[in-house]
Amino acid sequence: MSQQIAGTPSGVGAIVARCEQLFEDLHFNAVKQWKAAAPGRKAIGFMPIYVPREIVHAAGMLPVGIFGGGDQMEVIQGDAYYQSYICRIPRSTLEMGLTGRLDCLDGMLFPSICDVIRNLSGMWQILFKDKYVRYIDVPQNYLDSVGGEFYIHEMQELRDDLGKLAGKAITDDALRASIAVYNDNRRAVQDLYAYRARKPWQAPTSEVYLVIRAGMVLPPEEHTGLIREYLISCEKENRPKRDNARVVLTGSFCEQPPLGLIKSIEMAGCYVVDDDFGLVHRWLLDEVPATGDPLQELSKAFLHRSNQQASKYDEKKEDKGKLLVHSVKFYGAEGVIFAAPSFCDPALLERPMLQDVLARQKIPYTAFKFAENTGQMAPIREQAGTFADSIKLWSAA
Amino acid sequence: MSTSANQPGTPVKMMPSSAAPKKPAAPVQKEDAMWLQKEMINRNYDELATAHETGRKVAATFVPGNLNELVMCFDFARSLPETNALQNGMRKKSGKMIMDAERDGHSEDVCTYVKADLGMMLGGEIGPTGQKLPTPDLLLLSYTGCFTFMKWFELIRQKYNCETVMLHTPYQGDGKISQNMRDYVVKQLKQAVIPALERVSGVKFDIDRLRQYMKESAKAEDDLVKVLQSAKNRPSPIDGYFGAVYYIGPMFTAFRGTPEATQYYDVLRQEIERRVAEKKGPITPEGEMAEEKYRLVVEGPPNWTNFRDFWKMFYDEGAVVVASTYAKVGGVYDFGFRHDPEHPLESLADYCLGCYTNMNFPQRIDMICKYMDQYQADGLLINSIKSCNSFSAGQLLMLREIEKRTGKPAAFIESDLVDPRYFSSANIKNRLESYFQMIKQKRSVAAGAAAVH
Repeated sequence: MSQQIAGTPSGVGAIVARCEQLFEDLHFNAVKQWKAAAPGRKAIGFMPIYVPREIVHAAGMLPVGIFGGGDQMEVIQGDAYYQSYICRIPRSTLEMGLTGRLDCLDGMLFPSICDVIRNLSGMWQILFKDKYVRYIDVPQNYLDSVGGEFYIHEMQELRDDLGKLAGKAITDDALRASIAVYNDNRRAVQDLYAYRARKPWQAPTSEVYLVIRAGMVLPPEEHTGLIREYLISCEKENRPKRDNARVVLTGSFCEQPPLGLIKSIEMAGCYVVDDDFGLVHRWLLDEVPATGDPLQELSKAFLHRSNQQASKYDEKKEDKGKLLVHSVKFYGAEGVIFAAPSFCDPALLERPMLQDVLARQKIPYTAFKFAENTGQMAPIREQAGTFADSIKLWSAA
Repeated sequence: MSTSANQPGTPVKMMPSSAAPKKPAAPVQKEDAMWLQKEMINRNYDELATAHETGRKVAATFVPGNLNELVMCFDFARSLPETNALQNGMRKKSGKMIMDAERDGHSEDVCTYVKADLGMMLGGEIGPTGQKLPTPDLLLLSYTGCFTFMKWFELIRQKYNCETVMLHTPYQGDGKISQNMRDYVVKQLKQAVIPALERVSGVKFDIDRLRQYMKESAKAEDDLVKVLQSAKNRPSPIDGYFGAVYYIGPMFTAFRGTPEATQYYDVLRQEIERRVAEKKGPITPEGEMAEEKYRLVVEGPPNWTNFRDFWKMFYDEGAVVVASTYAKVGGVYDFGFRHDPEHPLESLADYCLGCYTNMNFPQRIDMICKYMDQYQADGLLINSIKSCNSFSAGQLLMLREIEKRTGKPAAFIESDLVDPRYFSSANIKNRLESYFQMIKQKRSVAAGAAAVH
């Protein structure tokens, strides 16, 4: 199933410890080390939710997921740029940029997700004039001849830009090879999620999350190996199975909850069997053919076989919540936890529609908000615990 | 409206028609054009209220990226939910609607336009004029410059189950409109939007009809630009923010492209030209502004729930807004764009792509700096709106950059669109008074320095 990659730690404790170290390192030393390993290497940051990382990879560059500053970093300068009613992730991202933590990045990609991240792309252009900055618009029209052509053109521009930055054009063969690398990575992530859903006591979400986050700073080949190692190591563990409620957690596709919050939900009696953390790894739902025209294949995968989420338009009313309901059924969940960042327009506007869909399907849910630096876990633990208890009581009734 | 209004050389005085609401007895004063636009907006509500009885279909769409000329080709009555929300805000009805929506499960964190609209639905769809508004037959999701629009219409669709068609306008991330962006919008118009409009209305698309409407639009746009640019005069004959709200009303809503709108803007321009010739200041709710002491550029939408109180804080101090970005939210016309009947669909695409909130940050900053210079403004005021991340996210950087580039003072206040809970009169008044003092002091220092040299 997997090959041991040089330098990859073995044993679940060691793997998780390494992932946690990568997660906590807001100076991105792993990225610096990767760049230093060969002359001329470049790294390109990207924000949630999705960018076609295959293009960055095919340019010989390292795509680096920038998912905010978490709960350990004090935000001082970043707060000076935002009003109190704006979410936390742009503040901490700016803080990292202004304090030099992101100097190792040669460019930043800002995907089309919400007005705040959209505007941040322009702010980045002003504040970091020597860096490559690109807003990645993705189509909300899903016809190949309309949205597809637009998207292919956008990807081609990114390809041309990165080719110039790299000093050599990105070939179709390089793109195909990168597509294959990310297919492999996606399979590994899917296996990880499937394993967790089968045995959530063996692969708790507080660990799975760290393994997923490691993929934001590691080369995809190494990340794939790490996941495989984790799965093997997990299976060797003998961890107690609890009578927890199986839940899907949704709404955390951009700003991430603190690790303590994930642990609190688990400690409160919930097994998270699906989530939308680090969705970039699972945005495309299946394999992208590594033959044929690579940009066309990436476009088709985006248009027809990609995740469903609040920043993406649902063409039909009947489509709303389809993937969430599927996830509940597929992973055998007993309820849904809506965990959205405060002031997150997409997640909070989407929530009532999804709740409506769940109510019609008689799927129980609960909802709360967080910020990436939320420190008080007791109320969340109590709410998640009450929810888990109610599921158990309700199921027994 | 007087039929003599369009006769060349005839001095025209616009009067509200008999159908218009009577002027209140209170000392509130408005320009005639303000009364007229109010009448037009009210008449549109009448049309909406009776649309289904009279066999007309109803399309709802948004102000930025409003394809009014195209929608008229299919005989739709036109509803604009943002306008409904702001009208409810001005009539002090929005607070309850927002709280009703929050009780129905909508977060306190999200856009209050959306919640005012959903609250209005919960209350039986009684519109700002007290008439019941119809369920839209089509939601034309002109997805321009605001992510919330998409969720807004998905939420309405969830309740009403009506047909929705998306027009995705790509953002000017690189500060320009590329051919790829234009082609994408045109293709959507041809392959998605027009077929949906035909299907729902039962009316076949006639491009010559569209061209005719666009000719009217271009004429009206010329006049609107002249009106807005009249604020370059000293004194400014208009307020380019509070007053401009009335001037942009017909253009940004259900009237652009109609002969009625063309006539309105022709008359308005003539009226403003007379004010320029007579060196008159703007009309405020308490009469003509006597002395122009401060000239400001304003970024961000106004607050609607306390609109008049807010305006009073300016005119009481002799402050006039000479240019505002909000007056460009439904179309930026003062840098040359006009609807072009020779290239109708491409022109509609350029219109959508060019709306203010679809411009990137460096473009928005450049535009404000130009206004500061061309309108000889003393400073910039940002009214940061809690509800509107599209406008607000990053405005503090905007403030710093513009101060740095122009050397003129900038100030920052916070309020909301239609949520009365977020309008703190005393705080805003204090902030504004301090700001005016700052401008005054800066002037004295500059005058002193000039005298020394």
